[in-house]
Amino acid sequence: MCGIVGLYLKNPKLESQLGKLFEPMLEAMTDRGPDSAGFAIYGDEVAEGWVKLTLQATTEGYDFKALVAAVEARLGCALDWFQNASAIVLKVQADEAAVRAVLAELAPSVRIMSAGQSIEILKGMGLPKEISERFGLASMKGSHIIGHTRMATESAVTMEGSHPFSTGADLCLVHNGSLSNHSRLRQNLRREGITFETENDTEVAAGYLTWRLQQGDTLKQALDKSLEDLDGFFTFAIGTRNGFAVIRDPIACKPAILAETDDYVAMASEYQALSSLPGIENAKVWEPVPATMYIWERESA
Amino acid sequence: MKTIDLSNASVRDLNQALHDQAKHVDDREWVVTHPDGAHNLAVGVNQEVSIDIQGHAGYYCAGMNQKASVTVHGNVGVGCAENMMSGYVRVKGSASQAAGATAHGGLLVIEGDAGARCGISMKGIDIVVGGSIGHMSCFMGQAGRLVVCGDAGDALGDSLYETRIYVKGKVESLGSDCIAKEMRAEHLEELQQLLDRAGFNEKAADFKRYGSARQLYNFKVDNASAY
Repeated sequence: MCGIVGLYLKNPKLESQLGKLFEPMLEAMTDRGPDSAGFAIYGDEVAEGWVKLTLQATTEGYDFKALVAAVEARLGCALDWFQNASAIVLKVQADEAAVRAVLAELAPSVRIMSAGQSIEILKGMGLPKEISERFGLASMKGSHIIGHTRMATESAVTMEGSHPFSTGADLCLVHNGSLSNHSRLRQNLRREGITFETENDTEVAAGYLTWRLQQGDTLKQALDKSLEDLDGFFTFAIGTRNGFAVIRDPIACKPAILAETDDYVAMASEYQALSSLPGIENAKVWEPVPATMYIWERESA
Repeated sequence: MKTIDLSNASVRDLNQALHDQAKHVDDREWVVTHPDGAHNLAVGVNQEVSIDIQGHAGYYCAGMNQKASVTVHGNVGVGCAENMMSGYVRVKGSASQAAGATAHGGLLVIEGDAGARCGISMKGIDIVVGGSIGHMSCFMGQAGRLVVCGDAGDALGDSLYETRIYVKGKVESLGSDCIAKEMRAEHLEELQQLLDRAGFNEKAADFKRYGSARQLYNFKVDNASAY
């Protein structure tokens, strides 16, 4: 099963309420995904020349303070950070590859959930309500957010196997469905230099998009190709720095519903998740057509 | 008139109260408020009551309906009126996939669009759609009539048995063994009756008829080498 939710604000006045508007949407999809949950929130952008990473430890009580001190000593550049439950958001005035290299050496067990100027990915095992409370979702601000509630079918219930998956700088993917050719695709992508941490099918879809984007595809081109190369059934929601996109497989096995008002665009697996949004009674509500990409983006970041 | 507000009552409360009507009718008119996309609303009703759902409904709304008249003032999710036996279901908005699936009787009217697999394996229901329908609609349709005032998606009527399909607009593609057929007087008559019953201001003469070529009914010995 699994549930997908996304909210993109057209009206900047609502940005201070993004988390508050989104929390009931995520929790409404508990029936579709009680194993684990997560979300990718966009906002609080770092300046040019800086990179923002979200890190999660695989063990409880990990000493992030010591890690950050070691990173700072090694890189010798300005940085800022804060902890949120089992995760930290680390902002560094350096390039992403340099930070990744240092982290790989100093803390190989720490997972890099996301990297970019704007994105923060927070996820974990447990009911959606526990996840939103753990990370304080209700008080978060931002321009847009996508989330996922998981009922695992293809691989183990772990923090690493929960969604969203990062697919590159400020990009992430959430998925409802399952892919049948993920093993072969994973082998092929490994040969192309893409690394994988789990046996999860969605991680393969994320790796596929990362690879296509590295090859110079636009997001639209990459998603169009994914319709040819990914065998299975899926609804994808993709977060980008400036917005989000939604695409369903050509057979349309998995549900999706979209709603738009002057203030926002929202998507969900089921209408129930949209019913708490303000002004939803008068929103334009429709089902996205199969094999067609829907994208909403701001003109500038 | 009895009103059930789903912001206070559960779906179980609603459906149990409606099922109780089969033994003893307390009220002929029912109103459901704040449905907020809940699944399984007014499922398995077996009595001549009218039910007004004031808002969007989730999956399987009015499934297995017998005798009741259900109106949804909004959209419905997957499987609206699935396996309906008799009665009447009207959706003022649009329907998701598999509307009227496997249904044996009654009339389903969708004022907006219907998604993929509308009327899949229908067995006698009449479905009238004001807008367009998605792909694989009427797959293995066995009996009944499907009327579409807009367009139809890919593979319409694939592996069709005896359902009659009428489409006013464009058909993206026909499925295996589904063909365009001549519109005779009896077809114009039954179609006009259906359009009138659905309350759509359309002329039967503007529609085309599609049905089974009946080539898949029997095994063809020429194909034996393929097995």
